[in-house]
Amino acid sequence: MNFWNDPINFIADWLRGLLTSRGMTTGLSTVILFFIGIVVLIIFAMMLDIFLVWVERKVVARFQDRLGPNRIGPFGLIQPFADIIKLVIKEDITPAGADKLVYNMAPVLAMASVILLWAILPLASKIYGVDLNVAVLYLVAAGALGTLSIIMAGWSSNNKYALLGAFRMVANMISYEVPMVVTLLIPTILANTMSVKGITDAQHSVWFVILSPLGMMIFLISAIAELGRAPFDLNEAESEIVAGFHIEYTGMKFGLFYAGELLHAFTFGGFVAMLYFGGYGVFGLEKFLPFLQAPLVSALIFLAKAMVGYWVIMWVKYSMPRIRIDHLLAFNWKFLTPLSLVVLCVTAIASKLLSGSPTWLVAMVMFLANVVIAWLTIEILRGVGRRQRKVEEHLTSPSSPLVRHGSE
Amino acid sequence: MQNDWLYIGLFLVIGIIVPIVPLVFSALVAPHKPNPIKQSTYECGIETVGESWIQFKSQYYVFALVFLVFDVETVFLFPWALSINQLPIFAVLEGILFISILVAGLVYTWRKGLLEWI
Repeated sequence: MNFWNDPINFIADWLRGLLTSRGMTTGLSTVILFFIGIVVLIIFAMMLDIFLVWVERKVVARFQDRLGPNRIGPFGLIQPFADIIKLVIKEDITPAGADKLVYNMAPVLAMASVILLWAILPLASKIYGVDLNVAVLYLVAAGALGTLSIIMAGWSSNNKYALLGAFRMVANMISYEVPMVVTLLIPTILANTMSVKGITDAQHSVWFVILSPLGMMIFLISAIAELGRAPFDLNEAESEIVAGFHIEYTGMKFGLFYAGELLHAFTFGGFVAMLYFGGYGVFGLEKFLPFLQAPLVSALIFLAKAMVGYWVIMWVKYSMPRIRIDHLLAFNWKFLTPLSLVVLCVTAIASKLLSGSPTWLVAMVMFLANVVIAWLTIEILRGVGRRQRKVEEHLTSPSSPLVRHGSE
Repeated sequence: MQNDWLYIGLFLVIGIIVPIVPLVFSALVAPHKPNPIKQSTYECGIETVGESWIQFKSQYYVFALVFLVFDVETVFLFPWALSINQLPIFAVLEGILFISILVAGLVYTWRKGLLEWI
């Protein structure tokens, strides 16, 4: 074992040797090693977060035909640090009627719920926090903490806008959690495990996006909705409720909500990459090119894939208008949830019937099944749309009186 | 196995402490000069009328109830999804029957018009 094959265990063994040689018990040295590992991982996530502020501002500028930050440092790279200094030295205003304890806890919890997700993110086959055997459930649980932080912020601010934003966000999050959990079941079925490393390793030969493209799309859409990013950002709809749940927050507390949202989006980009795009793997190329298996290289591959996922989330955010709350809920309950359940049933049956068949056959049948489901969905939607248009035409055209067709 | 949960527990503690650090730092360096106008509720400059903790639309409650059904369902589906390769085809179909019972609930809600936002 050397540094390049297994950097984390290499450093950990060295440190463990150092600690035990000073007469420390194994239990205590394990705790200290965990502590160091966690602090390093979280600091890495926070550094990435600062970088993401720059990426987000630069990309939104390009989408809106601007240049973005370009004054401080090369390409404006120092800009986020200036932002942080500004946020830290701003006065922290607590509104008079606010519930102080809950009000102060909400931004901390918003950030913590994102950081918690990093515990299970497998950056490489040998660089990961922990390989839980119930990681997929852990992902859902940590996501629910984010919902809690938002309703805490909205409720404790003692502001009607904030409360409205919180209600909308909670309705949004609990609705979109259903298709999200259902699409999390699909990689679980295909990989036969709930551990993130197991799911990644199961995609050695074929990525799950080929086996279940619809599952990937539903997961991405419901992840965007869970994040509360446009077009699902009703919680902070500027034109109606000013800033929604974080309207009363100033300074660093607002900064935590903002940074938490960016890191959350990036982390979900990472989870899309991990669940459907093979995580740190590259099409099984690593068998022929062994240097791709080096943990540091595969960590870079994973981060690049996560960045692509994040970029797609940004692309959606900056090119789609916000949708109305009734459309938001109808889209979930009348479209995404039934569709995701159909995809789940088809995946379950197909993977059962095809268990033991060669990989290419499984991939082909699954892909075709998805194409058929997509085609049927589009046909059904077209039929519904046609019927609705007909009703509307009848109601508005002068030749057909409203009384005759009113019953339709 | 136990070490995994020790790790998660430590992660939870440190993950909550890390966001507190910038807040503490900010409290040390930022000015603090509160006054009644500054601390009033922000409603675009207009004085707020009545209670801020208003009653909310009962429609949200209906969606929460529908969600509850599906959320509990998925907990039962995870063990089924995990063991699909070891199960006989009959058990797989049984899982699908379970899903379709819940879909019947969704369809019922739909037909009753509870999914329409009024």
